[in-house]
Amino acid sequence: MPFSTQPPASGERYALSASLDNARHLSSLLRAVHFQDHATCFATASGLRVTVEDAKCIQANAFIQAEIFQEFSVQEESVMFRINLSVLLDCLTIFGTSSVPGTSTALRMCYRGYGYPLMLFLEEGGVVTVCKINTQEPDELLDFDFCSTKVVNKIILQSEGLRDAFAELDMTSEVLQITMSPDKPYFRLSTFGNAGSAHLDYPRDSDLMEAFHCNQTQTNRYKISLLKPSTKALALSCKVSIRTDAQGFLSLQYMIRNEDGQICFVEYYCCPDENITEAEL
Amino acid sequence: MRFRAKIVDLACLNHFSRIINTIAKLARTCILRLTVCKLYFILSDKVANGGASMWCELCQGNFFDEFQMEGVAAEHNEIYLELAPENLSRALKTAQNAKAVKMKLTNKHCPCLRVAVELPSLSSSSRIVTHDIPVGVIPRRMWNDFREPSVPDFDVSIYLPALKTMKSVVERMKNLGNFIVIEANLSGEMNLKIETDLVSVTTHFKDLGNPPWATEDGCQSSARGRDLESMVEVCIDIKKLQQLLAGQQVNPTKALCNIVRKRIVHFILLHEEVSLQYFIPAIA
Repeated sequence: MPFSTQPPASGERYALSASLDNARHLSSLLRAVHFQDHATCFATASGLRVTVEDAKCIQANAFIQAEIFQEFSVQEESVMFRINLSVLLDCLTIFGTSSVPGTSTALRMCYRGYGYPLMLFLEEGGVVTVCKINTQEPDELLDFDFCSTKVVNKIILQSEGLRDAFAELDMTSEVLQITMSPDKPYFRLSTFGNAGSAHLDYPRDSDLMEAFHCNQTQTNRYKISLLKPSTKALALSCKVSIRTDAQGFLSLQYMIRNEDGQICFVEYYCCPDENITEAEL
Repeated sequence: MRFRAKIVDLACLNHFSRIINTIAKLARTCILRLTVCKLYFILSDKVANGGASMWCELCQGNFFDEFQMEGVAAEHNEIYLELAPENLSRALKTAQNAKAVKMKLTNKHCPCLRVAVELPSLSSSSRIVTHDIPVGVIPRRMWNDFREPSVPDFDVSIYLPALKTMKSVVERMKNLGNFIVIEANLSGEMNLKIETDLVSVTTHFKDLGNPPWATEDGCQSSARGRDLESMVEVCIDIKKLQQLLAGQQVNPTKALCNIVRKRIVHFILLHEEVSLQYFIPAIA
């Protein structure tokens, strides 16, 4: 089926249509949640949310609000589809990933609706690439039911303080243990690997600590293999908020500033590792 | 049969190393043909290579300060050697700041190309690193297997787009599928296409220009009277194209390709005094 290199006129009825002068504003955020091949895209007039899940206990969401786009329109109340995220990223970065100053890839995205493929039109330096990616039935997504009223402990840290810690996590440990407390050690990351246990403490009066609201001592363990991908979001972000609720569910929210200084968010939710009982802690 | 050569000029040495690196990316083993004036790196289209073939030709005078060669016989003053270009590439890696590189064909225990790299040292005596690269001597009766491939009767000839852009696009497309379609017309347009069950991606290049012989009447009877806009296509193994592009470390002076519809694509890359031809056959 031949299709022209020109993107369709904005007058046509597309369930979702968007334009972005710099495709990196989208691709870098999507890479921060790319730990599975498949993602669910959910678009409303407010913007785009891309969700990736694994093992029914971790969920990552990338939010790209409508204001980031030069043009963003959703015809119905909302549009939702499942798509291969690896393929989407390869298409968005078709002209390469290095950010040469002064050059950027322009993007136009169109989705006709249920059952139709996602169309991408990318242009850089006069060269145009047209992509047609098949979409699938969206999966049912986990609902962590995490709202501010249920939060027991919350801290906000400058990301630079955590970056090295996460990049160097002892991956021979099955879990990452997070302790949050109004008393010492305040905020502690622990691993239990082949060479021994490692503890990293952050005092509440540290320069890196932007906010500290811990009401109860909580120690929770999370499967380290599930949390490791969040390192990508951490690397891009300037600040991170770490929250836990009464069940030990973890919420990590990353504030990311893009090349133009606009703010976007990526969040990770993770269930505590069920295998450990309180008695063992 | 004798061969001795020496490179002293650092720029020539680096250029020579870059060429060997490119060859090493395209072939695990290949033929090195030595004549009085030229060196040739040849890969013939055996099934083991996936049918791709290569012909790279350079004038020894542009690289070597000393070059002495005596072939197998007076009437056949050439030497054909089979070697792994990666070995030569590795040997030359140690020569980045060398004072001189000498090459010599030896046969102590078995035929080898001995590469001796003279490195600068603080003391008065030089430091020499020697690499013995095993080679196979190709007997004269087999030389006909390695003749220069003839330029095919192509349907379209077109200059390539910026290799950097082409390389990025092909590398991404390689993640999406195994086969790529290259199509081009006589109006300077080229498309690279990949299509699978999951995704189809097409990159459109314009204003590339066609070499003058592409539309000359005497040349290609199949092109005569043909619509300048109609596309000629060939579907090839994407890995072969990616290897060719990945091996290009410097922008060529001229880069073009000839396509025979559904049969073969012939790439010609010219870097100053070096010409590289690479043939990729269509997927059966």
